[in-house]
Amino acid sequence: MSKNYETVIGLEVHVELATKTKIFCGCSTAFGGAPNTHTCPVCTGMPGSLPVLNKQVVEYAVAVGLATNCTITQYSKFDRKNYFYPDNPQNYQISQLYLPICRNGSVEIETSAGKKNVRIHEIHMEEDAGKLVHDEWEDVSIVDFNRSGVPLIEIVSEPDMRSAEEVIAYLETLRQTIQYLGASDCKLNEGSMRADVNLSVREAGSAQFGTRTEMKNLNSFKAITHAIEGERERQIELLEMGRSVIQETRRWDDNKESSYAMRSKEDAQDYRYFPEPDLVPVIVSDEWIEEIRSRQPELRPQKLERYKKEYDIPEYDAKILTGSKRMADLFEAATAICQKPKKVSNWLMVETMRLLKENEMDVDDLSFSPEHLAKLIELTDAQVINSSVAKEVFEAVFREDADPEAYVEEKGLKMVNDEGALQSVIAQVIADNPQSVADYRGGKEKAIGFLVGQTMKAMKGKADPAMVNRILKEQLQNS
Amino acid sequence: MSLMSMTAVELGRKIKNREVTAEEAARAALEAIHAKEGQIGSFVTVEEEKALARAKEVQKGIDDGTFAGPLAGVPVAVKDNMCTKGILTTCSSKILGNFVPAYTAEAVKRLEAAGAVILGKTNMDEFAMGSTTETSAFQATKNPWNTAHVPGGSSGGSCAAVAAEECPYALGSDTGGSIRQPSAFCGVTGIKPTYGTVSRYGLIAYGSSLDQIGPIAKDVSDCAAVLEIIAAYDKKDSTSVKREDLKFTDALLDDVKGMKIGIPRDYFGEGIDPEVKEAVLAAAKTLEEKGASVEEFDLGLVKYAIPAYYVIACAEASSNLARFDGVKYGYRTQHYEGLHNMYKKSRSEGFGAEVKRRIMLGSFVLSSGYYDAYYLKALRVKALIKKAFDDAFAKYDVILGPAAPTTAPKLGESLSDPIKMYLGDIYTVSVNLAGLPGISLPCGMDSKGLPIGMQLIGDCFKEKNIIRAAYAFEQTRSYRHSPLSGAAQQKNGECRDRAAQQKNEERRDSAAQRKNGECRDRAAQQKNEECRDSAAQEGGKCDE
Repeated sequence: MSKNYETVIGLEVHVELATKTKIFCGCSTAFGGAPNTHTCPVCTGMPGSLPVLNKQVVEYAVAVGLATNCTITQYSKFDRKNYFYPDNPQNYQISQLYLPICRNGSVEIETSAGKKNVRIHEIHMEEDAGKLVHDEWEDVSIVDFNRSGVPLIEIVSEPDMRSAEEVIAYLETLRQTIQYLGASDCKLNEGSMRADVNLSVREAGSAQFGTRTEMKNLNSFKAITHAIEGERERQIELLEMGRSVIQETRRWDDNKESSYAMRSKEDAQDYRYFPEPDLVPVIVSDEWIEEIRSRQPELRPQKLERYKKEYDIPEYDAKILTGSKRMADLFEAATAICQKPKKVSNWLMVETMRLLKENEMDVDDLSFSPEHLAKLIELTDAQVINSSVAKEVFEAVFREDADPEAYVEEKGLKMVNDEGALQSVIAQVIADNPQSVADYRGGKEKAIGFLVGQTMKAMKGKADPAMVNRILKEQLQNS
Repeated sequence: MSLMSMTAVELGRKIKNREVTAEEAARAALEAIHAKEGQIGSFVTVEEEKALARAKEVQKGIDDGTFAGPLAGVPVAVKDNMCTKGILTTCSSKILGNFVPAYTAEAVKRLEAAGAVILGKTNMDEFAMGSTTETSAFQATKNPWNTAHVPGGSSGGSCAAVAAEECPYALGSDTGGSIRQPSAFCGVTGIKPTYGTVSRYGLIAYGSSLDQIGPIAKDVSDCAAVLEIIAAYDKKDSTSVKREDLKFTDALLDDVKGMKIGIPRDYFGEGIDPEVKEAVLAAAKTLEEKGASVEEFDLGLVKYAIPAYYVIACAEASSNLARFDGVKYGYRTQHYEGLHNMYKKSRSEGFGAEVKRRIMLGSFVLSSGYYDAYYLKALRVKALIKKAFDDAFAKYDVILGPAAPTTAPKLGESLSDPIKMYLGDIYTVSVNLAGLPGISLPCGMDSKGLPIGMQLIGDCFKEKNIIRAAYAFEQTRSYRHSPLSGAAQQKNGECRDRAAQQKNEERRDSAAQRKNGECRDRAAQQKNEECRDSAAQEGGKCDE
């Protein structure tokens, strides 16, 4: 590569809002119902049906807008985007083009290079489409309208990102913010958060943007990272060969780890947008904005500061704890019960993170209750179980949200505090391991570790290590 | 006297007084339909068994007091663009030729809750696009006054059915004159209410921002009574307006003293049939003689109304009709290869020529590069037309003009020249663009023996003004039954006697009191509606 290239990236992020009902009708938004069971005349595009806006959608959109420093459009409108496709029952999508609900925002992201702002061009509200299922055996396509009319917001950034790392940081920040607001669960793998990547390259220092492509169907951070790297290389290669980049939409193939052209700008559809005549303008008063603002929960930056101050948690730990709403909620709830923030933090930072990694799980998949974590901490502190047993119990909590008390009882894991029993077990261990005893007495302090281990083994791990240490030393000195 | 030659209110009273049962009324209607449909063709679907079963059920409800309203047990015909659960709803189109809705339109539901018995669904121009009912995919409805002539459109089936006395009243819909123009051509009365007064839920949309459902009947009293039943705020229709002044029958007062009536000079210029002009001006004279002050004025912008209307209505229609694609319901072509071929063939075979013309026109004006020049400009014209009416209503209570420039043309004369057909909507479309209420009622006959209709236009939410003026005018003449009514020779005196009884000082006073307070209250309510209208907000400065 002879020249230095800069990557320019802007994102269009679709987020499914966590409303109970759809954006324009009263049907449930629950995921996974039998096909076409969450439907009515409105969301199946029956003749004569009319949309009625779900107020909660506006509240969530405004909440996200406020949290991303947007200006709220107080006189906002819906428009129709016209295109034919069978998953779109009216053959138009109700969206916002001319007067989107939020504009001109920004979010601060942090990467290894430091902090920077990514500007948000707009956030608009729209409806999701249904799902097509292609039955290759029968050679037919069938359509499920359960998702048709599920509310979405589309967050459109300015072309402010320059690397995959920045893109991931931006998406993480959006996800944290939206999860904290409770506006969506933002799961990429389930499609409740979807990102389209607009990417172009230009020679470093150039003031003009290159021709961009848009990439769709990116279902994980991994896919996004690979797609960005691949597309950057593809475009640079074209330019290096003296060819030009064609403005087109490309689809990412997760199996092949590469993208292919879907349609070029020439084939781009004319959506013939026009104001939706079946809906009245959305008027967001100053009072309404203030009401939404006053209900905003504590967001990540404030939470992070509070954890450091209130709980004396180090910055690094506080970042991980506040990295997702699920984690922060667990931390706060467990701490509220046991009043031991450091210990709760420790379990979450060490054992929880280890098990997540081992099981290739996401933080949002955590299913154990804060009560059980708090109880585990209490059992350990009360010396009912020792710390190694505690790790075993925690795995059961993590796995199946087991009740630690019942689990310890059932498995017989209580620490044995019977000194008489321990005295005789230790006497036996000393008798069985003359070499180690000799080593210890010969000045090899470490040899006691082996004897402790043998004792714990004999006690099936249930002995209090401190007591084992004390008795061992006593017996070794006395005999 | 045949039950069908009575007005709906008269028949309702007889049913209430146990002189006639709901079943007898339904049978009389069905017999009339059997006898006349061959000549008229006003129905797409007649639900004989359902209607009789329903009539029996309604009679029970009348007997036990469930249905106590003035129209309980009275049969009705419904235009075929309103969804009726379990009853074929076709919009007179092949593409919906087999469509049976799973739900009932709100306006029809309200009629049913008042004890109406639905006879069937009336013919119309396909998807309400047309002015003659000839664009129906099934049949051309004939004018009961002369079957060589059209009944007008698009609610031609409903108006012809009322004029032929196949039913006492009917529901129509009006996007650019589709209730008022055929009412005029058929010698009956029809009201297009203020936009937002009757729920559009279940009305298969043509031009969503212009469509309104309204009543068609023999006289003003019937229309007021029906409108009172169907007008209500409906949360299922976001454009529905909360109103409290929905007691339209309170305005049935034979008194126009002091009422200010404006006559737009621009409505009597080039293109108007001299006989129509004469009859409408004579009606103005009559109202003047009854104590109204009548004044000519220049409304302005009249020539821009038709292009603006066709741009906006077709733009909305091109999108509204996109859902008819052969995927979910309705017609699907027999042989196709792949999705796009299926779309193309289903829609090419399912839609008629006029519908295709308007879909193409609408798609064109919304296309990138043309949107500003056509659609946005039309929205600006719409806003200016609304302003011209606002200025007029600052001076007048009611505007009086013709409903159409001519009487009913002959069958087959109109479709060959669509532009000429579109120009026939000149007096009606601006009322829809401005969202105003309008009533069309008979005011004479031309030398060919065809009815002439006049139109009274009111300010937003001022249906009572036009009902009152129309009612007062109606008292000066008797209802003329069409030759096909089977009651043409009968005297009409009876119908009118009742009206005299309704003259009631109390009502007049309360109506007058209400008039003053209304303006300001309504203005606040209208705020949202007006925002919709003011295209200028979006498109920047107006051209003029």
